[in-house]
Amino acid sequence: MTELMAALTDTWDAENSWKLSTYEAAGGYEGLRRALRTDPADLVQMVKDSGLRGRGGAGFPTGMKWGFLPEPDGGPRYLVVNADESEPGTCKDIPLMMASPQHLVEGVAITSFAIGCHHAFIYVRGEVLHVYRRLLAAVREAYAAGHLGRDIHGSGYDLEVTVHAGAGAYICGEETALLDSLEGRRGQPRLKPPFPAVAGLYARPTVVNNVESIASVPGIVTHGADWFSSLGTEKSSGHGLFSLSGHVTRPGQYEAPLGITLRELLDQAGGVRAGHQLKFWTPGGSSTPIFTHEHLDVPLDYESVGAAGSMLGTRALQIFDETTCVVRAVSRWTDFYAHESCGKCTPCREGTYWLKQILHRIEAGDGEETDLDLLLDLCDNILGRAFCALGDGATSPITSSIQYFRTEYEAHLGGRGCPFDPARSTLFDDTPQAPPALAGAGGH
Amino acid sequence: MTAEPVGARSRTGYDAETLAALVADAEQILARYPDPRSGLLPLLHLVQSVDGYVSRDGIIFCAEQLGMTAAEISAVATFYTQYKRHPNGEYTVGVCTNTLCAVMGGDAIFDRLADHLGVGHDETTPDGSVTLERVECNAACDYAPVVMVNWEFFDNQTPDSAAELTDRLRAGETVAPTRGAASVCSFKQMSRVLAGFDDGRADEGVGAGGPTLEGLRLVRAAAAVDDAPGTPGTPAAATSDRPGAEVPPETGTEQSSAERRPTTPSDDTGPAGPADPEEGDDD
Repeated sequence: MTELMAALTDTWDAENSWKLSTYEAAGGYEGLRRALRTDPADLVQMVKDSGLRGRGGAGFPTGMKWGFLPEPDGGPRYLVVNADESEPGTCKDIPLMMASPQHLVEGVAITSFAIGCHHAFIYVRGEVLHVYRRLLAAVREAYAAGHLGRDIHGSGYDLEVTVHAGAGAYICGEETALLDSLEGRRGQPRLKPPFPAVAGLYARPTVVNNVESIASVPGIVTHGADWFSSLGTEKSSGHGLFSLSGHVTRPGQYEAPLGITLRELLDQAGGVRAGHQLKFWTPGGSSTPIFTHEHLDVPLDYESVGAAGSMLGTRALQIFDETTCVVRAVSRWTDFYAHESCGKCTPCREGTYWLKQILHRIEAGDGEETDLDLLLDLCDNILGRAFCALGDGATSPITSSIQYFRTEYEAHLGGRGCPFDPARSTLFDDTPQAPPALAGAGGH
Repeated sequence: MTAEPVGARSRTGYDAETLAALVADAEQILARYPDPRSGLLPLLHLVQSVDGYVSRDGIIFCAEQLGMTAAEISAVATFYTQYKRHPNGEYTVGVCTNTLCAVMGGDAIFDRLADHLGVGHDETTPDGSVTLERVECNAACDYAPVVMVNWEFFDNQTPDSAAELTDRLRAGETVAPTRGAASVCSFKQMSRVLAGFDDGRADEGVGAGGPTLEGLRLVRAAAAVDDAPGTPGTPAAATSDRPGAEVPPETGTEQSSAERRPTTPSDDTGPAGPADPEEGDDD
C-alpha cells in the first residue's frame, strides 16, 4: 500500500501560501543557502544520484540533462522553465505555481547556480492570468529578499529571472518550439540535434526543465539525494503529483511516491463517482494510450506503465465512466491535435486533419467498416514520422481505443450514430441513479 | 537590432501621447531580454492592451520597435490564439470543450451560451461586452467543467451558472473568479498584465481550491490520527516539522457553482505543453 505524502504540496494549505514569508517559515530557501556553499558539479551529481526524472512527460533523467551542457566557454548559458502546461488532462504545475510559486523560484535559483546560468526564464502559458501575477510577485519578492539578483547571499553569484507569458499554443510545450517562441518567433519545433544543451536559447547551451522537476530540486538539496531516491521505485524515484479528474468522487491533486496504482489513488479519492463504473482512463494525458479497468493495478512509474502499453506522461489521470462514449472522447482529442498541429511537417499537419474528418463521420453515423482500418493506417503513417511528439501523441488515443473498444466504434457505423446520451456523463446529470446493485467504486 | 527612434516618424496612426506611452512600455519590455526580439510576444500583448486586438497600427508599432517588417510581425501574431485579429469584447468567455471538460458538461455549457448570447465561437455580442470562445485544456481538469473569463478560473460550471455569469458581465457587475483576483478585469487590463506589467493583484484570491488540496487534506488527517510526523512516507517527514493536524475545508470555494451531488458522507460540501512522451530530451 503506497501512502500519500506531502513534499511539494506541504505548504499549499497555509494562509497566504504563495507569499515568500510563508515559504520561508516552512524552511524555504534553506536549499538555496546550502547549494551556494556547494560545488556546482556536486549539485549536478546530487540530482543525478537522486534519480529525479523529468516531470513534464518524457521522464528523462534531470541531472543527466544538466550534465549534457558543454564546458563553460565564457558565454551565457540558460535555464528555461517549461511552465506551458497544456497537455489535456494535465493540471499539476498550474496549481503548484498558484499555491506555492516560491517552490519553483528557489528551484530555479539552485538549478541556475548548478549549471552556471545567470539569466533564467520561466515560460508560462498566457492563459492563466492569476498564475502569471503570482509568478511575477514571487520573483519580485525573491529579488527583494536577496534570493535573486546580484551577489546572492554574499556568494558572488548573480542571477536574473524573467517570467515570460506565452500567447496560446500547445506546441510551445515542446521544448524547442518553446525556445523559438521565447525568441519571438512562431512556436515551431526545431530539428534535433543540435539539442538545447548544445544550442538552445539564442543558440547557447540551455537546459529546459518542467516546473515540477525544478520545484523538486530544493527538497533534494535540503533532504539529500538518498531521501528522494528512497521514495518511489528503483528506476522511477521520488514523489510526483497525480492529478485525478473526471468521473471520480473527489477529483484533485494527490501527491505520492511514483509507483502508486490507480486503484490506490481511487481508494483515496472516494472511487469512481457513485453508481458508475470505470470505463477507460489516461495514465498521463491525452497523448498517452488509454487504459481500462484491467490496468488498475499497474504501478504508476515509467517502466511499469510503459510495459503495460502506455506512458506515465504527466500523471494526468482522466477518469471516464461507462456513460462516456469513447468515440466522442477520442474524436474531441483529435480535434485538439488537428487544431494545435503547428503545420511544420506534413504527416502531422495533413494526418491530423484527415483523422479528424474520419472520426467526425464515424461519430455522426456516416462511417463505414473500412474507416477503422483507414484510421489505423493513417496513424501508422504519422507515428514515428512526425517532426515532434505532437503527431505521435495524436495517434495514441485512436490506436489504443480501437484496441480496447473496437465494437463500440462499430456500433456507430452504417448510419447508427452515437448510442450514448451525453447528458448522462455531465457533472450536473440529473437522470436517476443506477440501481444500488450497480453502485460502488467502479472497477474496484 | 533595436529600433531606430520612433516618434514623429512612426507610420502608426497613434496620437503622440499614446505612442509615447507605448514606446516607454516597449523599452521596459525589451530590457528584460538579451535579444530584443524575445520581447515580441509581450509587445503584442501590449498593443492588445491599447487597441483590444492586434491592430494594423499595433503590428506596425512592433515592427518599428524591433526593426522588422510588418509581415514578419503578422506571421508571429497569427500563430497564437490569444492574439485577436479583430476587436475583442471586453470579456473573453472561454468554455473548455476539450474532451474531459466537454464530457463533464462543457459542450452543454457552450451550447447554452451560444444560444443565450446569440453568438458562436470567436464572435462578440453586439454590445461589445462578451466574446465567446471554445478553449482547449486550461490545466484545471480537477475543476471540470471549467469556464475562463479573461483567463481567470470559473470552476465547476453548469449551463445555468455560466449563463448567469454572462448576464452579470453584460450588466457591468463585478464578477469574481473561483480562483483568481477579487474581480475579473477587462480584456485590455488583462493584456497589459500579460505584457509583464504587474497590476499588484497577486495577493488577491485563494492559494488553492478544494480539489487542489484533496491529497494534502488526507495526509493531514492521517498525520492527526497517527500523531507521528516522522513516519516514513508521510510528508511531514519529507519537509518541515510544521504542525500538520489542520484539516482544510473540503472545497466549496467562493463563487463556486458546483452542483456535484454528495456521493459519500465526506463529500457533502461538493468539490503541460505536449508531454513529448517519446522524446527523451523534453525535460
